[in-house]
Amino acid sequence: MPLLEMDNVTKMFGGLTAVHNVSFTVEQGAIVAMIGPNGAGKSTIFNLITGIYEPTKGTIEFADHHIEGLPTYQITASGIARTFQNIRLFAFMSALDNVMTGEHARMKAKLWDSLLHTPGQRKEEAQVQARARELLAFVGLEGDAEKYARNLPYGSQRRLEIGRALASEPRLLLLDEPAAGMNPREKEDLMDLIRRIRERGVTVFLIEHDMGLVMNISERVTVLDHGDKIAEGTPAEIRSNQRVIEAYLGKPA
Amino acid sequence: MLQRLASLPRSRQIIVWIGLALVLVALPFIDHNDSHFNLLADAGVYVLLALGLNIVVGFAGLLDLGYAAFFAIGSYSYAMLASPQFNIHVPFWVMLFLASGIAAVFGLLLGAPTLRLRGDYLAIVTLGFGEIVPQTFLNLNKYTGGPNGISSLDTPSFFGHPFGFASVPYYYVILALIGVGLFAAYNLRDSRLGRAWMAIREDELAAKHMGINTTTAKLAAFAFGASFSGMAGCIFASKLNLVSPDSFQFSVSVLVLAMLVLGGMGNIPGVIVGSLVLFTVNFIFLPQANNIAASINLHVDFTNYRFFVYGFILVAIMLFKPEGLIPSQQRRAELRAGHAKTEPG
Amino acid sequence: MHNVLQQLVNGLSLGGIYALIALGYTMVYGIIELINFAHGDVYTLGTFFSLAILGLLGVSNQLHGTPLVIDVAITVIGAMILCGLVGVVIERFAYRPLRNAPRLAPLITAIGVSFILENVMQLWRGPSPVPFPQVFPNPAWVVGGIEIQAKQMMVILFAIVMMVALQLFIYNTKLGKAMRATAQDRDAAQLMGINVNATIALTFLIGSALAGAAGFVSGVYYQSTWFFNGFNAGLKAFTAAVLGGIGNLAGAMLGGFLIGLIEALANLFPNGNQWSNVVVFSVLVLVLIFRPSGLLGESLPEKV
Repeated sequence: MPLLEMDNVTKMFGGLTAVHNVSFTVEQGAIVAMIGPNGAGKSTIFNLITGIYEPTKGTIEFADHHIEGLPTYQITASGIARTFQNIRLFAFMSALDNVMTGEHARMKAKLWDSLLHTPGQRKEEAQVQARARELLAFVGLEGDAEKYARNLPYGSQRRLEIGRALASEPRLLLLDEPAAGMNPREKEDLMDLIRRIRERGVTVFLIEHDMGLVMNISERVTVLDHGDKIAEGTPAEIRSNQRVIEAYLGKPA
Repeated sequence: MLQRLASLPRSRQIIVWIGLALVLVALPFIDHNDSHFNLLADAGVYVLLALGLNIVVGFAGLLDLGYAAFFAIGSYSYAMLASPQFNIHVPFWVMLFLASGIAAVFGLLLGAPTLRLRGDYLAIVTLGFGEIVPQTFLNLNKYTGGPNGISSLDTPSFFGHPFGFASVPYYYVILALIGVGLFAAYNLRDSRLGRAWMAIREDELAAKHMGINTTTAKLAAFAFGASFSGMAGCIFASKLNLVSPDSFQFSVSVLVLAMLVLGGMGNIPGVIVGSLVLFTVNFIFLPQANNIAASINLHVDFTNYRFFVYGFILVAIMLFKPEGLIPSQQRRAELRAGHAKTEPG
Repeated sequence: MHNVLQQLVNGLSLGGIYALIALGYTMVYGIIELINFAHGDVYTLGTFFSLAILGLLGVSNQLHGTPLVIDVAITVIGAMILCGLVGVVIERFAYRPLRNAPRLAPLITAIGVSFILENVMQLWRGPSPVPFPQVFPNPAWVVGGIEIQAKQMMVILFAIVMMVALQLFIYNTKLGKAMRATAQDRDAAQLMGINVNATIALTFLIGSALAGAAGFVSGVYYQSTWFFNGFNAGLKAFTAAVLGGIGNLAGAMLGGFLIGLIEALANLFPNGNQWSNVVVFSVLVLVLIFRPSGLLGESLPEKV
């Protein structure tokens, strides 16, 4: 049974079709990637999954429940977390607070607990903080807990965003171009981090331009071009797929 | 010194607050000039207002330009439910909670339809609300006394001792309310809800992806902010012994907002200092300016320049100290660095 | 029915004034996302400048023929230039230094500038209403029982002419193109060699000049003004801009006329004029709930 299943999803903006009749599945426990030239509709797919957009047509099922049209916060609570192509951290909050905010969906404190700091609230707050520190260590930022997110170097910001996403204890993690702007060394660390995330039992679905990283790490790859799915398969199959080569290099004349 | 206070660890801050509270409680035993406490009590009302607005604007980042509306609602609640107007006499202590509850309900009523709007639309809707509320109180002559307002409000009493004409009892009540307000503001800040507010302030879309129901979180901010304002209105009305619609003009909303900006948005000690400074400028310095000028043989009627000076201060602070007087150290360094852009893209 | 039609005529002329002010709000918001709080006061300044120029020209009564055209032209153009300059100065000293500051900072300076302008006008012309001479002959026609005054026609025509001129400027000139480019993406515009600072200053110049024109028109229409006039008018004009879809010129125009009509129609009810603000803002809230981007605004997908 697949964890995520998109079935014939179409998304139109006005007259423009950003995603056209796309179907694919993500299996539990896998690392899968989606590639495609700029403007192929990859980010739109993520936005459809996390409820920023509602599909014009088609259905999205996550763990056997329809999630299309649900508000974003409910989708997060149901077990999907993501990072953003252009990092969107809470700039004027500490790294620790960023991760603790990520745990929001898993917390139980009600309004009155927040106001009065009831014993239950204090206990939960301590647990949440401990977990956040553990996650910071997991992504290699244990020394930066008190720094404002915006003061961290670029690579650390990317990792903090992943830590924040993991804080919601997702079953599926969506990474939107996690390697963008990274040097080879940082990419190595990232691949290692992604594998460790999978070992935690989290399914990873990433959008990436860096072919080296994609081919190295993913078990399955989906290729999108101009809103259409043009190929799907193992990295080896994709590498030799004629349509994919054409989409990237242009048709031979 | 104050900047250092703002960056102290929490436990030390509490000690400073307790020390300050002891001094303020002891003050009436040392100083017997009641007019001082009249001023301090009025200043306290603004501190309370600023603490409440700080939740809405400073924590949650929702630009509210009509905050005085809730102040008006709190004041009129007391005036209508504790006066000969309808011959209803709800006790003052009950009214404190009732007025803040009523204001909170209005906060929810205003917020529910509008909080989905983009930031600047929210600003204009709240501004409109701030205009409508006093106008409504003005127009509903039959119930609110129209332009004259409602007078002879009930004098509060404490275990059978009426407050009378002295200001000291009001001063103590306001001190206590500020204490409650500080407790609430600090608790909220360091909680699940407070983090949700700040996340919304920093990046609303990312906040939604944290599983935050941004609509209810924003409503909660609106309701909490309004409840502070309602409580402040209740004590304001009882102390003045009357209410009238012209006490709740747009300039009041701006004054409170300016207090936040001056002190350093989102920073609780900063907000308090900001409100005290602007209160002093607005209600002590400007009214006294004529006497001061006359004493150095300068015969200018400063009351004519009041808004000029006030407007000038707002502009000057923004231009030369946009981070406010007491930002946290970190934030100050950020803003000074010059590449500051807090708005998410 | 007759009353309704009469109020429609009144509302359209009222709306013409709001529309002219709303254009300035929407242009400035479109380009730097700032609610230019001082804009309503620039409009009132326009009335006072017009008064001063008419005083210099020695006009205190109705004019006819050539002097009417010449004196009115001098007054309008003078008020527009003076207000335009005031707008540019405000932008240069109060807003430009804060262009990259947190969002609230320029809004606060805008409120501060508004207070300063109001105080200056109060010192200049006193705290009470000041009469404005009736320069135009004001014949009235009765059509089907509805009275239409010449000045009402003039306000509506004037607003429409200004609007058309502005559209032509924005869509047919190089400077207009620079303004649209800067509004869309300031950084990209800069990279394309557009002088962004000059373009923003130009936006303030034009927006404030339109407010100056509106100030003259409102003087003629109401035959009086006072220093605080701009607050309420500005509020309604900004509401009009939001109603029409902020950043959208045609929207500002539509919003202005609609707000004028709503306000006039509220007069049909007993004590309606006391409730005009309440009615106007209630309409705004309703529109924003059902069309959050305003009547003519495009709803852009969120950038992620």
